Amino acid sequence: MTRPAPSRTGSPRPSRRAVLAGLGAAALAPAALAAPAVRAAAPARVVVVGGGFAGASCARALAGAGGIAVTLVEPSADYVACPFSNAVIAGLRDLRRQTFEVAALARVPGLAHAPRAAVAVDADARRVRLDDGTQLAYDRLVLAPGIEVRLDAIAGYDAAAAEAMPHAWKAGSQTLALRRQLAAMPDGGVVVIAAPPNPFRCPPGPYERASLIAHFLKTHKPRAKVLILDAKDAFSKQRLFEEAWAARYPGMIEWVSLSFGGRVIEVDAAARTLVTEFGRHRADVANVIPPQRAGPIAAAAGVADASGWCPVDPVTFESRLVPEIHVIGDAAIGGAMPKSAFTANGQALVCAAAVADLLAGRASAEPKLVNTCYSLVAPDAAISIAGVYRPRDGLLAEVAGAGGTSPLGAPEAVRAAEAAYAAAWFETLTRRVYA
Amino acid sequence: MSGGRGGRALGVAGAVVLGVIGLAAPAPAAAPPPGALACGGCHPPAPQGAVPSLRGRSADTIVADMRAFRDGARPATVMDRIAKGFSDDETRAIADWLAAAQP
Ligand SMILES: Cc1cc2nc3c(=O)[nH]c(=O)nc-3n(C[C@H](O)[C@H](O)[C@H](O)COP(=O)(O)OP(=O)(O)OC[C@H]3O[C@@H](n4cnc5c(N)ncnc54)[C@H](O)[C@@H]3O)c2cc1C
Ligand code: HEC
Repeated sequence: MTRPAPSRTGSPRPSRRAVLAGLGAAALAPAALAAPAVRAAAPARVVVVGGGFAGASCARALAGAGGIAVTLVEPSADYVACPFSNAVIAGLRDLRRQTFEVAALARVPGLAHAPRAAVAVDADARRVRLDDGTQLAYDRLVLAPGIEVRLDAIAGYDAAAAEAMPHAWKAGSQTLALRRQLAAMPDGGVVVIAAPPNPFRCPPGPYERASLIAHFLKTHKPRAKVLILDAKDAFSKQRLFEEAWAARYPGMIEWVSLSFGGRVIEVDAAARTLVTEFGRHRADVANVIPPQRAGPIAAAAGVADASGWCPVDPVTFESRLVPEIHVIGDAAIGGAMPKSAFTANGQALVCAAAVADLLAGRASAEPKLVNTCYSLVAPDAAISIAGVYRPRDGLLAEVAGAGGTSPLGAPEAVRAAEAAYAAAWFETLTRRVYA
Repeated sequence: MSGGRGGRALGVAGAVVLGVIGLAAPAPAAAPPPGALACGGCHPPAPQGAVPSLRGRSADTIVADMRAFRDGARPATVMDRIAKGFSDDETRAIADWLAAAQP
């Protein structure tokens, strides 16, 4: 797809400033001056649900496009970011450094913040209902609700069990609970991490966590160990993680794959026991990361399929199931892009441009997206995986020959450089989205 | 004319046409070419932290750097893997846009 050719070729091309000034005046003109049939005279209304990396980025970009009234629906005053939250768990970082003020986004011209949760969507009437009963009308709706941690997937892992065996897969009180448990556990104890099946938020996340927990234990409780019970037979950056574990934490981290009985099917929170198809494991600290699906508003709006995730068009991120609703970030599926904050931001910017195009009646160019996920294997050492993506056969496919992981066997200076780049990436992204 | 400049001109012309007929929302002043928005995920708008800012870089410099990353002539931690995902034309369009937009 490409942009349509201008219909008035040969007309003199005015400067950008003149164009914008002219349109600004038009937007301010009284409604009576506009032809009644032309609804576009009023600013288009876009509602964005979710103020995470996806939703906040998209709302900002849409407000910046001009001529669009954007409402960002997000109940939390503060957003607590997950990237680097594994460092918080390992006692290396303060949770305050993860915390960003969503309400401050209301200072962006053209952007209003509704400090509420969306509870229902009427796609025919194009209205979103909030938990205080408010109805918001939209021309286009963007859903960016992130994930729901499933409390119906592992027997015994309900809301109460999630307090005793924190998942810490949403940052905040869960992160601090896991950190407290680690600090309190005896030397010689066992930390069990139950890793989920694909697809899930942040594919390298459980293994970064294992690395940083091992670093904490090595420093504070050198006889303790980490056991990873995995619902998969392979994981992201596996050889790089295993290389780092062998060099930095020898004998401290054991990984049990699906085929060797790694999948946790039941937990007994009171007895701090995890049950797999092959046996039972007692933990001193249990970090259960259960299977996930799109946040519940996705199912309520009818945009989630049987997998629990939301299939989307790879150019516009419009739902495959319900027109005029777009889904971005962790909640969306549609190809090879992993669920990351980097992906969420990139999809948000592409979606915002596509929504602005659709509202203006323009076709959108085919996008190209990038993802990079850094993982810390020690406080000052990181590895990364990158990919470049483009639409192909209705999905986002990886561009062959690009992307891949950091090299095996790289000198310490390369790992240190990547740790510095990871920190810089987080700074830059969070400033762009929340400052 | 490069792809980037072409896209920008079309975007502005499109906005004028729509503005005249329908008073529609303006097109983004310079529509970024495919992939250009991804660079700002790591590169800060002004110098800050370990990743260099691209502010003030000419389009030709960015194109040359990207080619060197792609060919392995310039060592990199991540840019080699990213640069390989873009053709010469795409890279030129991104470089033109970055040099003009300074995001
Ligand atoms: C331990 C860990 C480490 C990670 N490390 C990295 C990393 O290094 N790099 C990286 O790129 N990614 C990382 N990630 C992944 C990253 O955090 C997610 O991919 C990212 O947060 C997805 O953004 P999102 O906006 O889709 O969802 P979220 O960040 O979850 O945001 C969703 C928002 O929507 C709101 N919401 C939900 N439902 C509603 C509703 N009905 N109404 C209103 N608001 C609603 C929520 O309150 C929330 O604020 C990590 C994740 C974890 C768990
Ligand atoms: C994942 C983070 C990341 C992304 C995304 C990224 N870069 Fe980079 N860039 C870097 C890093 C890190 C370096 C330093 C070289 C290295 O180690 O790879 C760099 C270096 C560069 C340089 C050399 C700058 C200098 O002063 O030497 C250029 C030019 C550049 N990048 C262009 C781009 C373009 C164009 C894009 C978008 C297509 C992009 N980068 C996307 C991280 C990134």
